[in-house]
Amino acid sequence: MSANTAMATKYRNSFLKEVEEQVEMGDWVKMCMQCGVCAGSCPVNFQSAWEHPPQEIFMMIRAGKREEVLTSPSMWNCTSCYNCIVRCPRKLPITHIMHGLAEYAHRLGIAPKMQPTRFFSGLFWKNATKTGRVNELKLSMGLYFKDGFGAGVKEGMKMKDVALGLIKAKRLNPMELLGGHKCKDQKGIQAMLKKAYEIERSRKAAKMAG
Amino acid sequence: MADIKVAAYICKGCGLGERLDTDALVKVAQKDGKVPLVKSHDFLCNADGVAMIRNDVANEGVTHIMIGACSRRAKTEAFFFPENAVARANLREGVIWIRPDTEEARETTQDMAEDYIRMGCAEVKAMTAPGGNPNTGSNKTLLVVGGGVTGMTAAVEASKAGYPVVLVEKSSALGGWGARLFKRIPIHEPFKSPADTGVADLVSQVMGDSNIKVYLNATIAKTEGAPGRFVVDVATESGATHTEDIGAILQATGFTLYDMNKLPELGAGKSPNVVDQAGLEALASEAAAKDGVIRRPSDGQPVTSVVFVQCAGQRDTTGTHLSYCSGYCCNTSVKQAMYFKDANPSVETVVVYTDLRTPGNGEDFYRSAQEKGVIFTKGKVSQVLPSGNTSTVKFHDLILDDTDATIADVDLVVLATGQVPNSGVNIEALAKPQVAGEEGEAPAEGEAVEVKPISILNLTYRQGPDVPQLTQGFTDSHFICFPYETRRTGIYTAGPVRRPMDMAQAREDATGAALKAIQALENAELGRAAHPRSGDLSFPKVRLEGCTQCKRCTVECPFGAIDEDEKRFPVFNESRCRRCGTCMGACPVRVISFENYSVNTVGAQIKAVDIPDEFSEKPRILILACENDAYPALDMAGMNHNEYSAFVRIIPIRCLGSVNTIWVTDALNAGYDGVMMMGCKSGEQYQCHFVKGSELGRVRMSKIDDTLKTLNLESERVRDLEVAITDIKRVPEMINKYAEELVAIGPSPFKGF
Repeated sequence: MSANTAMATKYRNSFLKEVEEQVEMGDWVKMCMQCGVCAGSCPVNFQSAWEHPPQEIFMMIRAGKREEVLTSPSMWNCTSCYNCIVRCPRKLPITHIMHGLAEYAHRLGIAPKMQPTRFFSGLFWKNATKTGRVNELKLSMGLYFKDGFGAGVKEGMKMKDVALGLIKAKRLNPMELLGGHKCKDQKGIQAMLKKAYEIERSRKAAKMAG
Repeated sequence: MADIKVAAYICKGCGLGERLDTDALVKVAQKDGKVPLVKSHDFLCNADGVAMIRNDVANEGVTHIMIGACSRRAKTEAFFFPENAVARANLREGVIWIRPDTEEARETTQDMAEDYIRMGCAEVKAMTAPGGNPNTGSNKTLLVVGGGVTGMTAAVEASKAGYPVVLVEKSSALGGWGARLFKRIPIHEPFKSPADTGVADLVSQVMGDSNIKVYLNATIAKTEGAPGRFVVDVATESGATHTEDIGAILQATGFTLYDMNKLPELGAGKSPNVVDQAGLEALASEAAAKDGVIRRPSDGQPVTSVVFVQCAGQRDTTGTHLSYCSGYCCNTSVKQAMYFKDANPSVETVVVYTDLRTPGNGEDFYRSAQEKGVIFTKGKVSQVLPSGNTSTVKFHDLILDDTDATIADVDLVVLATGQVPNSGVNIEALAKPQVAGEEGEAPAEGEAVEVKPISILNLTYRQGPDVPQLTQGFTDSHFICFPYETRRTGIYTAGPVRRPMDMAQAREDATGAALKAIQALENAELGRAAHPRSGDLSFPKVRLEGCTQCKRCTVECPFGAIDEDEKRFPVFNESRCRRCGTCMGACPVRVISFENYSVNTVGAQIKAVDIPDEFSEKPRILILACENDAYPALDMAGMNHNEYSAFVRIIPIRCLGSVNTIWVTDALNAGYDGVMMMGCKSGEQYQCHFVKGSELGRVRMSKIDDTLKTLNLESERVRDLEVAITDIKRVPEMINKYAEELVAIGPSPFKGF
């Protein structure tokens, strides 16, 4: 049984309870009074990708629309500008809840796979933890080729002048493509990450178990 | 009157001396005003100036005083001569402050001042000093009708203030709706949980107060008289009638819940598991007496899920149900949801609302409910479908715009149905068929108005047995300016009969109304008017010899003060009168007057104005300005130095309703070029201090066009304007615009006749 079905079975018809227990800051969801100030304050508001503003996400949680919420790309669009937190009259930590929901959907494995934010987050994490240093060249190349080879080449050509400029200004080293710079204590970094993963895994497992 | 002696005093202070030729004003008063004693003073309102006037009253036998200084609304304490007739010529706010201080304007400004002196002298001669209504009663007992929270609070408050109270309650116990509540919405910090109702305490306070006499199972069989001398028959269950002498009445007859059986689409009447808020209170009280578990009525199983339907039969736009918001039901549902959550947090509680309105400290209470896990869903319930022991609630989710949102397997549905006032008979609805009947027409079928059959006060008043209603059956009162006043002097309403409200508001209301009632009975004893002319000693006097029994005064009096005797002559109950003068304005034969305000006092002023001939290019505009709103607005325009035309002559009137058409025709006949009438807003959103005064005045004035036609005058010569007290800028603009328009129309053809 997948983590998703396990959780769905566990909380049967109380998605709000599931969010309260599983999602970081999820216990705040019930305090929303549907004023809509968050939606009005959000800079992402007018982009088509933004399907549900936070207010709606909260209402959907209360209405038990589990599938719709967790597979929604909406919370992935949050830019963490914190406007909503500043303005919320009920002092809900909306930004954190959005990230909490995104993280939970990711943990359950049902978050939209190719959602750019999610894709980039994964890419960044892999890139940074591999050597302990961010390889910017590989990171941006990875993002360019997200939607296939053709699209990647096209995007790369579009950014050609910028790249050349960066190389001239010595802000970009093409040699990075061949491995790149690394953190000195590779083993130490990996050991540290391993420990962190372990702690997180056990904490989440405990949370999901109950 | 032979033995009157008039004196005129002209002030030179506040710049009057510099801007005006006061010596000329003195001469005008002597020559045109025919006043034997005229004095000017450098600073009339100071101790020396006032002493001069007092000295003349004491030693020179002065009975009538004309003061040419500031507005009659200023320096009222200095110029306080209750024994004398006093008129004030408004030279400061009305002349120098609204005119530019320039050489060109000097002549017209002086003309204006001289006219006001003439008007003041003419007015004061037509006046006598008001002596106070002799027909008073001195009873100090307060009758409280209704033994609910409002009534009991009013009784306790009045008793604490030292006034005996008679409390009449229709049912067999005190407490009303309050006693039927399990708990109440909290009124103290931290506003987090339902609180004890406190009704039992209040009942014992009332029962233990020797100053409060309680009649249970009793109704009011008859109320007659006037403030200070009401005689009330209290009918008890046994059939006996007790007569009580009463000073003032406070009606706290509360509300009835809107009948939920009118809402079958919300499942009402289809299942015992659909209840109204009172039904839930009963279930909660029942549960509290046992194990604290609220059970569903159909099979006695514990309730595990409950849905609260807000605005059930309220805020209805289709005209079928209540159109208004009752204001308390959101807080009540919050409270009732807590009954469940406090006992067992696992009970599912959903409140479906369209706009959650939580007055007072309800916002904290609402937040507390959210913390406790009550779910609030913004939506409009379309259907409740009971089936077996559960129901399905269908609603339109207004956030997600889901028209087919559903909550299934609900054990209990609570409908928030709202308050319908117990205000007795709608006397205006009653009056209609009567009038139709008199004219020999049967009321058309289906037109018959729904009349609540039971009168509460059973007043013997000519205008009907209960207090008039404003809208939706709620008793008439001005929401902001004078909330407790009804259109029956000495009778106050408080609580949900006045407007929908919760218990905290009702208690506040009761206290306010009790104090107003006390004020009314104290004023009644002294023969003085109540709000808004409180303290006024004048009262309507009628020359019955001239009366034609036309009944206009008895029908039009906004306060039902005038009854009719067997011969159909009007009987003025002065203590019920508010001194608006609507009767005076209505009287076609002009036999009604006040000592200091009459057809003559205003008429004499109109005639006293000097009308220059048509070639002088000095038109004259008469302004009749309501003293409550328009006149203060004009005064304030003066204080702000908002200039207006020097051709207007302003006469303050008590109310637009007191305007007798003779003033208008007299003015036009005398050669005035135009007449402006400034009264308060009328209609449902009225601002008239006498409620119906400005409306009645306007109805009367709407017929002035015929008069103008017979005089062969343009209808633009008379203008009716709605003026509010805040129109400080607008009023001067309106005046100036009208003055320009009149120039275009040309001078009145009646000049010089």
